[in-house]
Amino acid sequence: MTVEVAKHRELGLTDSEFELIVEKLGREPNDVELAMFSLLWSEHCAYKHSRKLLRRLPTEGERVVMGPGENAGAVEIGNGHAIAFKVESHNHPSAVEPFQGAATGVGGILRDVFAIGARPIAILDSLRFGELDSLRSRHLLDGAVRGIGHYGNSIGVPNVGGEIYFEGPYEHNCLVNAMCLGIAKQADMVRAAAAGVGNRVVLMGASTGRDGIGGASVLASAELGEGDDAKRPTVQIGDPFEESKVLECCLELLEKGLLVSLQDLGAAGLTSSAGEMASAGGVGIDLDVAKVPLREADMEPFEIMVSESQERMLAVVEPAKVGEVIAVCEKWQTGSAEIGVVTDSGQIRILRDGDVVGEMPVEALVDGCPLYDLEPHAPEGWIYGNRVTLRGDATSEETLLALLASPSIASKRWAFEQYDSVVGSRTVRRPESADAAVLQIPEAGNAIAVSIDGNGRRVACDPHAGTIEAVLECAQNLACVGAEPLGLTNCLNFGNPEKPGPAWQLDQAVSGLAEACEQLGVPVVGGNVSLYNEGPEGPIYPTPVVGMVGELPDPARACGSAFIREGDAIALLGPFSPSLAGSELAKQGGVLDAGLPQPDVAAVAAACEAVRNAVRAGKLSSVHDISDGGLACALAECAIGGAIGCSVDVQPLRERGCSPEDALFGEGLGGFLISGERETLEALGATPLGEVGGTTIEVAAGDRSLVTDLDVAAEAWRSLPNFL
Amino acid sequence: MRWGVLQFPGSCDERDALMACERTGAEARLLWHEERDLDGIDAVVVPGGFSYGDYLRAGAIARFSPAMEAVSEFAGRGGPVLGICNGFQVLCEAGLLPGALLLNEDLRFHCRQVELIAGNERLSIPAKHGEGRYYAPEGVLDELEAKGQVVYRYAPRQNPNGSARDIAGVRNETGNVVGLMPHPEHAVDPLTGSTDGLRVFEAVAAAGAGA
Repeated sequence: MTVEVAKHRELGLTDSEFELIVEKLGREPNDVELAMFSLLWSEHCAYKHSRKLLRRLPTEGERVVMGPGENAGAVEIGNGHAIAFKVESHNHPSAVEPFQGAATGVGGILRDVFAIGARPIAILDSLRFGELDSLRSRHLLDGAVRGIGHYGNSIGVPNVGGEIYFEGPYEHNCLVNAMCLGIAKQADMVRAAAAGVGNRVVLMGASTGRDGIGGASVLASAELGEGDDAKRPTVQIGDPFEESKVLECCLELLEKGLLVSLQDLGAAGLTSSAGEMASAGGVGIDLDVAKVPLREADMEPFEIMVSESQERMLAVVEPAKVGEVIAVCEKWQTGSAEIGVVTDSGQIRILRDGDVVGEMPVEALVDGCPLYDLEPHAPEGWIYGNRVTLRGDATSEETLLALLASPSIASKRWAFEQYDSVVGSRTVRRPESADAAVLQIPEAGNAIAVSIDGNGRRVACDPHAGTIEAVLECAQNLACVGAEPLGLTNCLNFGNPEKPGPAWQLDQAVSGLAEACEQLGVPVVGGNVSLYNEGPEGPIYPTPVVGMVGELPDPARACGSAFIREGDAIALLGPFSPSLAGSELAKQGGVLDAGLPQPDVAAVAAACEAVRNAVRAGKLSSVHDISDGGLACALAECAIGGAIGCSVDVQPLRERGCSPEDALFGEGLGGFLISGERETLEALGATPLGEVGGTTIEVAAGDRSLVTDLDVAAEAWRSLPNFL
Repeated sequence: MRWGVLQFPGSCDERDALMACERTGAEARLLWHEERDLDGIDAVVVPGGFSYGDYLRAGAIARFSPAMEAVSEFAGRGGPVLGICNGFQVLCEAGLLPGALLLNEDLRFHCRQVELIAGNERLSIPAKHGEGRYYAPEGVLDELEAKGQVVYRYAPRQNPNGSARDIAGVRNETGNVVGLMPHPEHAVDPLTGSTDGLRVFEAVAAAGAGA
């Protein structure tokens, strides 16, 4: 018994969880069963610290086709088609081996999308690293960007947008979140629920190896009788060519109506795929591990069941159609093997050459894990420290250039040019040309826009308000191109939920997410939770990453962010009342502190609607959401993008109670910088600020007024490669 | 006029190329890599992507496919063939075009809109590749230039990969086989940026009509 206790603890199960497993089985689990329970009862699979919180999120809406619980969410886009999308993290693998970690993160999210029968049409990514003066951060950034590019480019899915922030708290625990969108005919979509007793279970794609037996590496220690082979790298190796074949193969199988259900193999491999398919369908599944094609002949049953080898899919197929399924797999030169059968036993049974080596009730395995309440407690004040990188007496010009050159604000061209953004013939607005990516959807005669956002620093200042801001920031980005939100996905990247501080951040953030989604009327159709993101110095910034998808009728009218015409008026639209709280300038000045102004969701939503309507009516020359670095940086971005200067006066913001510094560099929600004909902007109720033209960026702001050459600003903004 | 667009496992841009052919007013269909029958096909596109994963070397495996054997015969009879990106690499590997494509000078993949010079025209077309640096021995380059086989060049300061003499695309001696690294199939729709790519398809089709 003492040996068993040690083993389950090593696998991450608590004593009481182990006792519960014994109770549910009516006996002690054997090694295969213990391995499977330990994975499905992990935070990653069971969401045991977050599931209760996630029940707060609104998940229903008129356009929702699939919601949380499926491989990906999906919303109706028109003409019998749906847009599937999801964001997922691959943080820890990327922190260990950034190239393969990020590459397989992309591979995994692609599989989630084609698992429901959607052809992937776009990738976005949200990345967080430590400051670039750290060699480790530069190494992680370079590897992650190359990995994302390698996988997405090779498989022919465009990478259309994303964001990268550099902040000290991500130094040891970088974040790599990847989002994928796909398009499906609703009639061809498929769920993951296994059904039909007697139907066959077919494993498709790559063979199964010992790679990625990561969380389970301790399993292969001496206690289970396995030797040194276990000391393998725990990060999976991606093969985008294999995935490309499996993708085409699965879409052909679905188009031909040959599959009952389909599920990708991700974390916990066959264990979670088979378990979740059986659970969703209320059936049992028998699997014979001897029938699984292996890379190494001597793999043990538990290794086969928990392997995280990439590029594999599991399907349920009617017996009469198995031959046709295998023929399609052979056409695409990808593997296929009938490895099991759907039963009415309610049990997951693992066999080897017909001998039972594990048998567990599906309910116990998949849904039996106890869910825990958090014990949240707000930390006292600002816990992440401060670092001064900009002198307090810096002039406005120096401040603007320092902000533009900040790697978090500077142009990310260095990164996104390493990604194919045009394959697929849908990309109407490429990275950096507009506030959201725009993809045409000829199948439905319209277009979609997508944005991904999550400023962890601001969430750290106030997790509730900061998370509302992340949602509204996405909504503002969509409004800039004339899109109305249809649905949202999210990835909650937080620290250890068993500690009171991160627990409080998570609790507050989920409340904020729920509140913003409720008030905006945007359903959450899927998501992912990544907890225990901590380094030796403590937790990461709490980082809820929000991915939002919207619809627009006419992609030709999607507005760009750059100024396009000399003489256009520049105006401010929306309830923008900036402050230095949580801003990039507060970070550089070393004066970060807890607290953010409370967002007025309704007022921001109204501004979004006004912008959306104006863009759809083709009334504006440019629109740019005011975000990191405040109004001055937003102006500079519009000017640099269009290679035309501008001249504005921030007096209207002074009248809203802002100091000159707040007006220039303060951050906050609800600000749109628009350009166009003066009368048009005034008719929209926008506040005039100035005019497009010249070769300088001029901002009148009392004693903080600034004049900067456009070329000088552009050089600062394009300086990211200098840090690498 | 009917185009055939090759499809290998690992192809990425074949559906885009198919649509681009159709936008020129022609018919088009995909040709599976195991097909040898080009009956009824007037011109062939070898599209972009990562055929067979580009394992070993870009295009090195695809050149041995049954479809490429048929395309070689087709080209030998004067049939027009357009190789784009990976297709250009395949045609060079197959010996249908001179030279080779090496890793980009800075060893990174780049995706950006580039300006091409084609005779008296300037074309704005996206380039996206990690192995697009055109290479041939100096003597071969001199000969290609002398015979007018350098049909596409990157405009000054637009060369994304370090290609010799800014070469973006070349043709064979008879002019019916053309390969280029930038992607004309991604420049056929004003909504996605440019329609200059149509002229590349039209030029290849015209070369076939003259043959």
